[in-house]
Amino acid sequence: MDAILLQVLNGLDKGGAYALIALGLTLTFGTLGVVNFAHGALFMLGAFCAVATNELLTISTKVKDESITFFDAFKEVPILEAKFPVIGPIIVDYSVPLAILVTVPLMLLVGWVMERGLIRHFYKRTHADQILVTFGLAIVVQEIVRHYFGANPIPQLAPDIVAGSASIGSWFGLGDNVVYPWWRLIYLVFALVIIGATFAFLRFTTFGMVVRAGMQDREMVGMLGIDIQRRFTIVFGLAAVCAGLAGVMYTPILPPDYHMGMDFLVLSFVVVVVGGMGSLGGAVLAGFLLGILQSFASLTEIKAIVPGIDQVIIYLVAVAVLLIRPRGLMGRAGVMED
Amino acid sequence: MNSSSLSRSSASDWVLLALFSAAVLTMPVWLAPFGANYPDLMQKFAIFGVFAIGFNILFGLTGYLSFGHAAFLGVGSYTAVWSFKLLSMNVLPAILFSVILSGLFACLIGFISLRRSGIYFSILTLAFAQMSYKLAYSVLTPITNGESGLQLSLGDARVLDAAMGIEVTRSLPTPNLFGLELRDQAAFYFCAVVLILAFFIALRIFRSPFGMMLKAIKSNQTRMAYTGFNTRPYLIWAFVISGMFAGLAGSLMAVTDPLAGAERMQWTASGEVVLMTILGGAGTLIGPVIGAALIKYFENILSAFNAGALNRAFEALPDSIQPFVVDTVGLFVGDGWHLTLGLVFMLVVIFLPGGIMEGVRRIGGLFRRDGAGDKVPARSAAPGSTPAATTTVSATPSGAAR
Repeated sequence: MDAILLQVLNGLDKGGAYALIALGLTLTFGTLGVVNFAHGALFMLGAFCAVATNELLTISTKVKDESITFFDAFKEVPILEAKFPVIGPIIVDYSVPLAILVTVPLMLLVGWVMERGLIRHFYKRTHADQILVTFGLAIVVQEIVRHYFGANPIPQLAPDIVAGSASIGSWFGLGDNVVYPWWRLIYLVFALVIIGATFAFLRFTTFGMVVRAGMQDREMVGMLGIDIQRRFTIVFGLAAVCAGLAGVMYTPILPPDYHMGMDFLVLSFVVVVVGGMGSLGGAVLAGFLLGILQSFASLTEIKAIVPGIDQVIIYLVAVAVLLIRPRGLMGRAGVMED
Repeated sequence: MNSSSLSRSSASDWVLLALFSAAVLTMPVWLAPFGANYPDLMQKFAIFGVFAIGFNILFGLTGYLSFGHAAFLGVGSYTAVWSFKLLSMNVLPAILFSVILSGLFACLIGFISLRRSGIYFSILTLAFAQMSYKLAYSVLTPITNGESGLQLSLGDARVLDAAMGIEVTRSLPTPNLFGLELRDQAAFYFCAVVLILAFFIALRIFRSPFGMMLKAIKSNQTRMAYTGFNTRPYLIWAFVISGMFAGLAGSLMAVTDPLAGAERMQWTASGEVVLMTILGGAGTLIGPVIGAALIKYFENILSAFNAGALNRAFEALPDSIQPFVVDTVGLFVGDGWHLTLGLVFMLVVIFLPGGIMEGVRRIGGLFRRDGAGDKVPARSAAPGSTPAATTTVSATPSGAAR
């Protein structure tokens, strides 16, 4: 029972990341009609925003090491900690949450540049061309990140106050030795908040209404006199922000490395397909479902029945959905069913 | 488009084949100024040329973008190495079984994937590629030996060899072709012959009624169905054929280096062959081979330009700007060659979707009096237009595009 609870939480956690990424992907595909193979790279950029913020906050200076007395030794201390002995360490400690403040404008900028510079010219081209050019862009972004940050994963630490584990066993009456890391619980809540904010934005603002209308029928929106092209840039920026935020907060869970974009890209497309291409609710639901499925498949009891199932279950589900119900869990009937 | 080219190749095709064979077989000579005439690299040109030709039969002719061909490459490699271990060090059984097994695997995957088209097809092949890769690394380790890769050893039961009385005497058995040991130059010539054969088969497919059907599928699959053709068998056959080419390339990889690893089954390896085909020119005959050669050349030569080599190359520059130039150029060569590759790929897809062959055609068109080369088909999503078909089914006097 404890194992099941742990795996459900693991699944919800992973599912949160999948759902956030898939949300951005569905926004771009549903509204713009563009298949964006660079979306995984946006996730990776978000994660590296956290790395960059951390490096920025820990720019160090040489300070005399008092603990070594018989010769003059110097140690590296972050300037923030040296100049502000009380607040400095707190700021450095909270570098991952603080990175959110950096990520949002940066990802908006990246999304704006990408849409204006590249994606805009590919609205009329075939899906294959869109896939190819965004694939090339993903490679370029990946290589630039690799050049500046190196090829090794750079672990980031959660703030000290939440670095430990919560004894969730006592919440669910399962005994005190069932623990789960605080940060992962925080990530789950954070993902739900961002998803909720996106849905609220789309539902309760005029802009969101236009976006939803465009997802339903772009041509009609144009005929009603609304220039939806101008809103595309903002929608793309929003999708980029979703992916970036998913990446930033995920860094203490999975050390960021330059290749993580490509790994998550396949998974996010699978999630979007299972949920229904063009359905936002479907993307979120499918993200959580597939996360839980993947975690359950890695239970030892399940692995004993079908070895290796945890690696491939997501793809098997995708294949099954694509064959049986191609519009996905919540897609509209008739969309892409050919 | 005259009907005679449907059933037999015109004279220009035979000339093309002869020229191609000559160019491939004399590669050690004319690659020398580029520093690319060592056997390892030339073998890679041939192997990935075969792979790209096969992929082109699917993507170039039918327009279906598959990200799963790396799985067939892997299946071909593993089958070849198992054949070396179980049957004989002779390469012919290895290649034969590789092609058959990867064809069967392609039949299975294609049967399922081709139930959908367009982007759903691409995602399905992507899912299958990742599945195969993950399975090869985890569950199927008795067959694939997981991360360490499948290797040969002296103690392998080579049944056919034992029956013929052939014993391996040295420490590392090398693949042979009926006794002729395939190492270095000999291996390259073997791969070159296979490349020429593959090119010939692709040429015949392009000119056959089957090839014409595939091009028609690319133009407008719905309309084809309306006129009464069942497109599925053609698509499955195209998928299987391209899978067999991929398996052949995989077996050649094992012939030149009898070690099979699972990393060549990742979907990004499929992405590499897509790059090669697009760069060279999808839908053309020699485009994919050129693309494959270029990318492998970049990979091996460009990535060898480290800081030392760059400094030597730019020695003539004044000292004030030399470090700056070396640093900037160094971003794009050496470790950063992937960056150059990505940039070139983006530029090709944006400005020259027909690849290098389209560039050649455009330049050729500048010199032509009737300006035939100026007509640039931009690929658009409009269903009724047949833009991509004009690159292959053109009415220019020189015959169909190469």
